[in-house]
Amino acid sequence: MFDVAVIGCGVIGAAAAFELSKYQASVVVLEKENDIAMGATRANSAIIHAGYDPKPGTLMARLNVAGNAMTEQLCKDLDVPFARIGSFVLAFSEEERATVQALYERGVKNGVPGLQILSGDEVRQMDPLVSPEVVCALYAPSAGIITPWEYALAFAETAVVNGVELRRSTEVTDLKKIDGGYRIETNRGPLEARFVINAAGVQSDKIHDMAAPHAFTVIPNKGEYYVMDKSECYRAKHVLFQCPNADGKGVLITPTMDHNLLVGPNAQNISGPVNTGNTAEGMAFVRAKAAQTMPSLAYRNAIRNFAGVRANTDKDEFQIGIAAEHFIDLAGIKSPGLSSAPAIALEAVKLLNECGFAPEKKEHPVLTRRKKRFRFMSEDERQAAVRENPLYGRVICRCETVTEGEIVDAIHSPIPPCSVDGVKRRAGSGMGRCQGGFCGPRVVDILSRELNISPLSVLQDGEGSNILMSETKKEAQA
Amino acid sequence: MYDLIVVGGGPAGLAAANSAWQKGLKNILIVERDKELGGILNQCIHNGFGLHRFKEELTGPEYAARFIEMLKDTGVSVLLDTMVLEINDRHEVHVISAQNGYQVLQAKSIVLSMGCRERTRGAIGIPGERPAGVFTAGSAQRYLNLEGYMVGKRVVILGSGDIGLIMARRMTLEGAQVLACVELMPYSGGLMRNIVQCLQDWNIPLYLSHTITDIRAENGRVSHVTVHKLDENRQPIPGTNLEFDCDTVLLSVGLIPENELTRAAGIEMDPRTNGAVVYENMETSVPGIFACGNVVHVHDLVDYVSAESERAGAAAAEFVLKGQREGKALELKNGADVSYTVPQKIRADDVGKAADVFFRVRRVFKNSVIEVHDGEKLLASFKREHMAPGEMEHILLPRKILDSAQGGQITISAREA
Ligand SMILES: Cc1cc2nc3c(=O)[nH]c(=O)nc-3n(C[C@H](O)[C@H](O)[C@H](O)COP(=O)(O)OP(=O)(O)OC[C@H]3O[C@@H](n4cnc5c(N)ncnc54)[C@H](O)[C@@H]3O)c2cc1C
Ligand SMILES: Cc1cc2nc3c(=O)[nH]c(=O)nc-3n(C[C@H](O)[C@H](O)[C@H](O)COP(=O)(O)OP(=O)(O)OC[C@H]3O[C@@H](n4cnc5c(N)ncnc54)[C@H](O)[C@@H]3O)c2cc1C
Repeated sequence: MFDVAVIGCGVIGAAAAFELSKYQASVVVLEKENDIAMGATRANSAIIHAGYDPKPGTLMARLNVAGNAMTEQLCKDLDVPFARIGSFVLAFSEEERATVQALYERGVKNGVPGLQILSGDEVRQMDPLVSPEVVCALYAPSAGIITPWEYALAFAETAVVNGVELRRSTEVTDLKKIDGGYRIETNRGPLEARFVINAAGVQSDKIHDMAAPHAFTVIPNKGEYYVMDKSECYRAKHVLFQCPNADGKGVLITPTMDHNLLVGPNAQNISGPVNTGNTAEGMAFVRAKAAQTMPSLAYRNAIRNFAGVRANTDKDEFQIGIAAEHFIDLAGIKSPGLSSAPAIALEAVKLLNECGFAPEKKEHPVLTRRKKRFRFMSEDERQAAVRENPLYGRVICRCETVTEGEIVDAIHSPIPPCSVDGVKRRAGSGMGRCQGGFCGPRVVDILSRELNISPLSVLQDGEGSNILMSETKKEAQA
Repeated sequence: MYDLIVVGGGPAGLAAANSAWQKGLKNILIVERDKELGGILNQCIHNGFGLHRFKEELTGPEYAARFIEMLKDTGVSVLLDTMVLEINDRHEVHVISAQNGYQVLQAKSIVLSMGCRERTRGAIGIPGERPAGVFTAGSAQRYLNLEGYMVGKRVVILGSGDIGLIMARRMTLEGAQVLACVELMPYSGGLMRNIVQCLQDWNIPLYLSHTITDIRAENGRVSHVTVHKLDENRQPIPGTNLEFDCDTVLLSVGLIPENELTRAAGIEMDPRTNGAVVYENMETSVPGIFACGNVVHVHDLVDYVSAESERAGAAAAEFVLKGQREGKALELKNGADVSYTVPQKIRADDVGKAADVFFRVRRVFKNSVIEVHDGEKLLASFKREHMAPGEMEHILLPRKILDSAQGGQITISAREA
């Protein structure tokens, strides 16, 4: 019997696993997909919010501000790309000036550091391409940008290094209370754990209902984006939000840690089956709204669209707490979930303590992680990297300058990827303007070689997403 | 110190290196990131290369082999499996490879011949899910012809560029069912001969003024696409949807010259071609750096790539051996229905008998004329029976016409006869 089973390995499950891995406890993480961070964690705005948005007194307010404060040191320790570039909430009218004022006051109550209201001209001095229509803005210097899947990977990989067991492609289908814990049914057979942590994102209401009386319902809500080429990154130096209003939170424009420009999202409740497809309407909405912040965006320089699904609920609050005996919800973690993740993980440990589980700390848990990134190396570092491992001299992804060395290192990392997109999330190959057109076949080759599988078995992404269908007729090849 | 470093060993780089050698340069290096020379030709195993150049129909690899063979008689050296990461106006070339690590090489002149890449789904914003099974036609071609794998069984092709057309036939020959070729514009983007030989001969329908409006997935793979007819503003017309059950979408929606190195070096770019602005001898805005082939503008026929690149190689030799051209430059402007010209600038004093000018028209023409104007004054005209955006046009401007231009610029335009 495990001490703790964490259900779901998005950033929340991963952060909880990382925190638990510092203790002398046996921990298993169950994830239904073939890789971690396949839910909201890989498709969001990638902002570490300052914390002026949530209502004072809520968990969201407290955990957002606390999580934000923890991010910088964690990202240094775990080698995750993060930059505190600051954010603006732009006001385009006198009415919105009042909203900005209200957000300022909320932020001060929430304990957000350094907030200021700046005039339109001051904003344009700091971010020159912002619309001339902007009358003022809330400036939050503590807001930052991060690479979200890398954040989750850093937590999960370090947890695994510390002895946490991760089971992928393992979907929890039922929970039964047994003596001293739970019997957990999965598509890969049952297991037992004394404590269960529910971090199942959009499915967290279903997992909750397996162990406790119904308490909240997830209302999945889609947000769609454009990713623009690096040549467009210069357009925004800060995170540029619009004022929240009746049609939602507005569309943001922000640089990303990979020096692309991100534009989006809209917010659309999903009624039918949940998928992350883009829609013509959603994309049109994003373009129209973004034009208010910055009239001249060159969509011909877009390199990708994507969409993410928020685990909104019928409650205006994270669902965090002891929901049943030995059962903890980290559920309905909508925005600002990414920003709050490390603080939510501390909360999880506190709740376990409250349930009577208070393991000793490990003496020397691993708390750091290092990655080699060729694209950020100096000439001398590159020379040294190739000397040490010649594969660092072979560039596989031409757009992002990712080498075979990095890809092979990723394939043999603590949570080995089993798909081309899994490699992409770890090494950065295929993220750029040609979207894997060039490196895709080469990565298929490397995966097949390193994992000793046929190229026909190599996946693009999730289960079933095989890239190649069959071998060609041999005679035609001659 | 090299006399010339050629970046990219496709047909453009090969021809440039060869001709620079013939013109007397001795210390020449080709840097190629792939494990072989030949560029994109290596995956083009169909016939249709070399009709102009060799008066016979060769496959892509055969065409490349002829130029690789020619290199054997020269002292040109080649670095394979080596990526150029940076060039600059001091003619330094930064390269990396597994064998030699990171190196900075110095050259007296540089030829850029990096070819082009394919436009992707993201660049054109096709709505829908993002499963496996959506490929650019060139990647599918690579899997099929170089690696020996089929990417799908039931295929819809978006875009009627040449690679898509070639792949329609190739996939059919391999036993796949190509359900449709869908083109946004009212005309095809590919060569007429490819429309006939690759679609019509196989009864593959071509839907002009149509586009894909939704992609659906099942189990991580494409399962269905929706296609709509478009109105004059290229908006889908409700109710015109065609539905296809398929497992694969191939995109042949344009090629983009691969000019990251060029831009980073501060070389002047032409937003119409997405390539460098070049003079009559394929020299860029940085003296001693030349460009040729698909990196300058997208060619349909490799024969023209070779010819253009030979001029670039010869010009690099002239630069190293004789020094820079100093003549005053005449600018070439796009008139009615002409979308770009290469070169964009001509130094008339340095032109021998005549200057080659390549360009594309914006729409399909039957009987028509190409006109060259100096302001209001007509300098020359050329008759054409047929012109289309998918087929590159070429005229030769005699030196005396160039000399007669007074206003510092000439305009090239097209109209019905
Ligand atoms: C469009 C959008 C924009 C956002 N922008 C921001 C932002 O800028 N800043 C910010 O702070 N937050 C943002 N968020 C919120 C943030 O992304 C989420 O709060 C966070 O990623 C939630 O993490 P999670 O681990 O709870 O959920 P997820 O990442 O969805 O992970 C849940 C995991 O549980 C797994 N799972 C589900 N059911 C089962 C089962 N039965 N068995 C096993 N595994 C299961 C899933 O496969 C998944 O991997 C945004 C969200 C969206 C959608
Ligand atoms: C699918 C397809 C079908 C075609 N069909 C025909 C046809 O039937 N008939 C015909 O005449 N023409 C055809 N063409 C056109 C013809 O093949 C091209 O115009 C020609 O290959 C372009 O030559 P290039 O040398 O400019 O580019 P490429 O052939 O693309 O070569 C560029 C080379 O540069 C290398 N390179 C790029 N960047 C770097 C770097 N940073 N460092 C090192 N090396 C680098 C690349 O690896 C590549 O080898 C076809 C083209 C395609 C793509």
